[in-house]
Parts: sequence; C-alpha cells; structure tokens
Amino acid sequence: MMHPPQEDLVLFYYGERDDVAVHLRECEACRHDYQSLQRTLNAVDSLPVPERPEDYASIIWKRVAPKLPARPRRSFWWAVPKWAMAAALVIGAFLIGRSMQRPVMSPLASQANRTLLVAVGDHLDRSQMVLAEIVNAGDPGKGQLDISYEQKIAEDLVDNNRLYRTSADSAGDRATASLLDDLERVLIEITHTPSSVSGQQFEELKRRIEDQGLMFKVRVFQNRIQEKDKTI
Amino acid sequence: MEDSDALAIARAKQGDSDGFRSLVERHSRSVFRLAYRMTGNESDAEDIVQETFLRAYKQLNRYESRSSFSTWLYRIASNCSVDLIRSRKVRQPVEVPETLATNDPEPDRMVFSSQVQKKVAEAMEELSGQERTAFVLRHFEGLSIDEISTALGVGGNAAKHAIFRAVQKLRRALEPVV
Repeated sequence: MMHPPQEDLVLFYYGERDDVAVHLRECEACRHDYQSLQRTLNAVDSLPVPERPEDYASIIWKRVAPKLPARPRRSFWWAVPKWAMAAALVIGAFLIGRSMQRPVMSPLASQANRTLLVAVGDHLDRSQMVLAEIVNAGDPGKGQLDISYEQKIAEDLVDNNRLYRTSADSAGDRATASLLDDLERVLIEITHTPSSVSGQQFEELKRRIEDQGLMFKVRVFQNRIQEKDKTI
Repeated sequence: MEDSDALAIARAKQGDSDGFRSLVERHSRSVFRLAYRMTGNESDAEDIVQETFLRAYKQLNRYESRSSFSTWLYRIASNCSVDLIRSRKVRQPVEVPETLATNDPEPDRMVFSSQVQKKVAEAMEELSGQERTAFVLRHFEGLSIDEISTALGVGGNAAKHAIFRAVQKLRRALEPVV
C-alpha cells in the first residue's frame, strides 16, 4: 500500500486536496498520524490574540493620519475648463506681449502675467511630482512596475503643457517656452511607455528623465517664478 | 477585491484622505491579528499596524488590482514584521496573553491550557520569517497557496514548502504536550 507523504496530509488538513480521505479511511497508521497532526495544529489555535477596543480603527487612523505624506490633489487650475484657461492665457499672453514694448507694465498686464506665472508654477509642480515618482520608484528587478497612475497624470499634463508653451511663446518668453518644450517631450514619452514596465524599460525611462536634467531645470525655474511673482 | 475597497483605493489615489481612512478602518484589525501572530508581542504588533498603513499609502500607486487589497496589505505587514523581528538583536521574552476561557471550572485544565499556549508561542518563535509568514497566512488567515505565494513574492512551491517546514517544526515541538 502506498502511503501519502506528510505534505499531502498537511494539504488535506487545509482543504487543498481531498484524495487522501479514502486512504485515511483504510489505513490505520496514516489515520493515527493525521490525528496527531490535527491535534498539533488545533493546539496552535489555542494561542489567543489580545482584544482590541471597539474604536480601534479610529485610534489607528488618528495615529496614522498626521504621518501621511501629502498626496497631490487636483488644484484650482485643474478645475478650470480648458477652453477658459486657453482664453485667459491667450489674452494674458497678448497683454504681456504689449506691455513688453512699454517700459511700465499696465495693471491689467501685470495681473495677466501673474495668472500665467501661477498657472505655470502649479503645472511645473505637478510635473515635477510625476517625474519624481518615476525616478524614485524602486527597480522592479525581474518583475514589472505599474506606472499607469503616473501615465494618467502625464496625459493631463501634456494637454496643459501645450497651452502654456503656446502662451509663453506668444508672450515672447523663450526660456519658459523652451523648458515646457523639453518637458512636453518627456511627458509624451511617459504616456507612450507601456503601463507596466520591466526593469530594463524602467531604467531606460529613468535615464531619459535624468539625462535631460529636467527635474533640476524645473526646480530652478520654479525658484525663478517665485522670485518673479514677488516683484509683480 | 470588494467594490468598496476598489472605490476607496481610487479615491485615496486621487489624494482623498477619506478614501484611505476607510481602508484603514476596514483592515486595521486583521493587520493587527497578523502582526501579533507574526511577532507574538502586542506593542510590536501595534507599531507594525501603523508602519504597514504608512508604507501602503506611499506605495498605493503601485498596487495592482490583480491581487486583493488585503493580500497586498498582508504582504506589507509581513515584510514589516520580518524587518522588526530581524532588527531585534536579542529575542524578546515570549508573551502569552491571558487565555479568554476564564469560565473553565477545572484549574488543572487551565494550567495545562496555559502551558500549551506557552509552548505554541515558543515553537512559533523558532520558525524563520518566511515559514512563520506562510504558516500564519495559511493557518490563521485562510489564504490559499497561490495567495500566499503572491503575498510572499515567491513561487507556489516555495510557499508550500515554507508551510510544510513550519508544520514539521511545530509538530516536533508540540507533539509531546498535545
């Protein structure tokens, strides 16, 4: 008579296989062995777990919530319809363009400039977060890394980026237009990458982001925007 | 995955803290149970619950809905537990909480029961991180071998053998007393 190995008895105990049952009915030695296994595993159940209070979940949330890092939330600029944003930026770019021909900036142009600056600053902030998420993601090794969330944000950013780049171009702001041009290329590349990347694909994408020094440029630009914003 | 988990995850990914809060509320007790059974220490288990949710929040964008959220969370909790066990240079004394069966009228039986519990706690201490995780997930949480292999990030055979080794060690330690 062939006796089932110990492993099969364990799997039978956990309901992972049932073909052992027939043998156990017929073989006393195996039945005895299985009963001993049952007693051992049942004894493990005797180890109690300390009770938690009724409001345990709330207690944990109160401890965890203050330590959670800020997750990017859709800001005001994302809530503005694209057509309204486009109109505001085109008018803004026109007013800024006109004001550049005069030594003193009109109050209206100043307000438009500020609107454009804040919008671009917010856009760069979100772009930087997406780039950082990808660059800082752990190497998946032989597995896959899911970047679908970052891609979804990058898709939205590409649309806005085009608007801002066109507006900066119209306003004659070459530096902003050039940075946004570089950024657009990387964002498009992110959206065109498969949503689940291998270790090699991940490394390539990361290298392209890092090679262009884009994160550094974005940070420098944000500082300049903040400085400029103070003077307007 | 439950629809409510999927919805809460989507909200949390959008930056809605209430979404993450409902995940914490739904899973904190089971994470505590797992952490306690992994460490055998109440205070360590509490630390692990917090650390698990913090790590989960940071890695939420990488969660793939191919496995259930609880399996994914168990994986994080198991890793936190193993990290903590490894970081302990000196073994903590085994802590056995008072048994809940206090209405047992037979004192001898109570003494026997508490001896068995102590033996079980000591035997669990002897398991390696992987053996203990695999065993706890199978025995107490009722996860299938496939789910355990996902939670451990190992193949099905490795998960199965970790359980076999754990059961073997427990049998050796407990058979004389049960």
